Amino acid sequence: MAEQITFIIGSILALGAGFIVVTNRNLFHGALALMISFLGVAAIYLSLDAGFLAAAQLLIYIGAISILIIFAIMLTRRMMQTTEDPFNSQFLLALAASVTVFAILFSAIVYVWPLTASNSVPLAAKTAVADAVLQDTVVNLGSAFVGADGYVIPFELASILLLAAMVGAIIVAWPKPEDVA
Amino acid sequence: MNIAELFPKLLDLTVFDYLRSVWGNAPWVEVVLDIIAILTVSTFALLLVFLLGWTERKVLARMQDRIGPNRVGGRFGQLQMVADVVKMMTKEMIIPAGADRIAYFAAPILSLMTSLLLFAVLPFAPGLIGVDLNVGVFYVLSISSVSVVALLLAGWGSNNKYALLGAFRSVAQLVSYEVPMILSILVPILLARSMSTVGLVEAQPIPFFFYAPLSAVIFFVASLAETGRSPFDLLEAESEIIAGFHTEYTGMVFGLFMAAEYIGIIFMSALFVTAYWSGYRLFGLENVVLNGLQLGRILGFLVIAGKTAVVFFLFMWIRATLPRFRIDQLLNFGWKFLVPLSIVLIFVVVILDKVLVEVGLVGGSNEVVRMGIHLVSNLLIGWATIEILRRRAKTARQDYEAEAAARDAARVTAPAHAD
Amino acid sequence: MFAEWQFIALFVLLAPILPGAPIIINRLLGPHKPNYIKQQTYECGIETVGDTWVQFKVQYYIYALVFVIFDIEAVFLFPIAAAFGQLGVFAIGATVLFVFLLADGLAYAWSRGVLEWV
Repeated sequence: MAEQITFIIGSILALGAGFIVVTNRNLFHGALALMISFLGVAAIYLSLDAGFLAAAQLLIYIGAISILIIFAIMLTRRMMQTTEDPFNSQFLLALAASVTVFAILFSAIVYVWPLTASNSVPLAAKTAVADAVLQDTVVNLGSAFVGADGYVIPFELASILLLAAMVGAIIVAWPKPEDVA
Repeated sequence: MNIAELFPKLLDLTVFDYLRSVWGNAPWVEVVLDIIAILTVSTFALLLVFLLGWTERKVLARMQDRIGPNRVGGRFGQLQMVADVVKMMTKEMIIPAGADRIAYFAAPILSLMTSLLLFAVLPFAPGLIGVDLNVGVFYVLSISSVSVVALLLAGWGSNNKYALLGAFRSVAQLVSYEVPMILSILVPILLARSMSTVGLVEAQPIPFFFYAPLSAVIFFVASLAETGRSPFDLLEAESEIIAGFHTEYTGMVFGLFMAAEYIGIIFMSALFVTAYWSGYRLFGLENVVLNGLQLGRILGFLVIAGKTAVVFFLFMWIRATLPRFRIDQLLNFGWKFLVPLSIVLIFVVVILDKVLVEVGLVGGSNEVVRMGIHLVSNLLIGWATIEILRRRAKTARQDYEAEAAARDAARVTAPAHAD
Repeated sequence: MFAEWQFIALFVLLAPILPGAPIIINRLLGPHKPNYIKQQTYECGIETVGDTWVQFKVQYYIYALVFVIFDIEAVFLFPIAAAFGQLGVFAIGATVLFVFLLADGLAYAWSRGVLEWV
């Protein structure tokens, strides 16, 4: 019951704020709406019993990425005077592209995880055993990251990817050492 | 439910357990209890602002050889904060021309909201906590990272260059000090093997401060910076950027920012106590049961309140003592000192504690040995850090003196000016 | 599990009321007589010149970027810290490697002078 309410509120926030993001003319308001949209996604994580992911969503997307986006907005000039219509000539093309992507994702999910009687158990019917397992999700996640039988290679690769992202961003955005001197 | 039974429950803070036993297990019971708990916790936090605001003004005044509030409500000005709130409530709300109203009003609301939300996971006494999340500490960090957005909203919404500049500087400061804060709080989590705040307290028969004093100091410094307190109060450096992000706020809207700041400070002190000074625990005082009364709960509450008050006093003392950092010094101190040091500490704790587990020196009576080894490692790192800093300061000083000497020499040889 | 987060969800829904109420009370109790001079922004007593929303330095962006990277890496470290009691020697090695890569990123940013505030 509470899960469903959370899911509905979360989806309304995510979709409604997402709509404002693409239709709004004011870039700053767009960034704010994006934060609300992220909050909606966090609520959806909560409805899936993924508390850690929801908190991580807040910490990374609202607390870090959104601030990065706002800083990026402040780096661009004249963002308050955008006069372009959000519905320009590429509107139909973009609509077609997003509908296609949605159709592909939707059909993939439906075919890979079909809703049969066996796996469509309502969330409320979870047993006490399942709850006990869920209680330790964070510990399980931690063991899965670095355990010998876990996902240690992807985990270290993610770390290298982040390192590469940081080095790349610094090389692109930062003046070369000889220029600084 | 009868009132005669309820009264002793109020005394030992077990009202909720009693209400649960009376009302049974229906789903609405939990919702009602949650709402009561939320309102209690929030009201408690907001009332603390009155108490601590007055205390701070009084203590700061004494430290600066003044008397402080001494008129309203008696000799000690006890009702000064009440008078201030009444004053702020009746002030005109001046919204600057050209302000972005959505951002302008969202900022104080978000700011106070996030401060209050933090209290949801603070263990006040054994069994007395809003909710014991298994990711408690992580929740605190994510909520306090959201509060940074409030500063940006305020700076942007005010249509004032100084407010915007102040907001950007503040955000640079807050995000920079969030990194050492996150990395240093990892050490107690590693030691306790739990992210829940209650788990942290339960894992501390010996306070973690004695295992990891360096991590505690880093966390304390980072929490000073996160709450924008002196010497990191660049958020409201009057001499540079007027009042920073809240320059254009008047009346109660400004009051909300102040309340949020105080609540943040109280919470950070309490979190410091919980993570490093064993929270509500004090020599088993928290488990006392007397004549069926759970006296331990109220004692535990008094213990954590007392410890938090000591940390809060430290906050005030530092404010009265230290001058403000410059922005470049502040960021250098964060990125080039606190962050590397906390990374080294994580290395050491991960490897050392694993070795101790393999040797079998963890838990039970071996806990003292474990503490001792961690403490020695911390002292060694601390000594090495100070030694490195001293060497670097020495070379820097020599460079500076050589430069100054060269300048003096140049001045002597150059022809003197007529004036 | 969800019952725990129900408290947080209710708190998020109720929390805006507490700061919202004083603002409304202030609006009702306080006078409301706006005029042109009063609503001018205060910028050290000098009349406002130009647009407020000007272009900022790239420095802020780089700081935020380094912060984002560290934030994400810290998020990975938290579950590991919670699971620390169950990890074997291999897992500890992987964790140490991860923290080493984190330190490496900081060292690179430092050596390139990104952390220099100018």
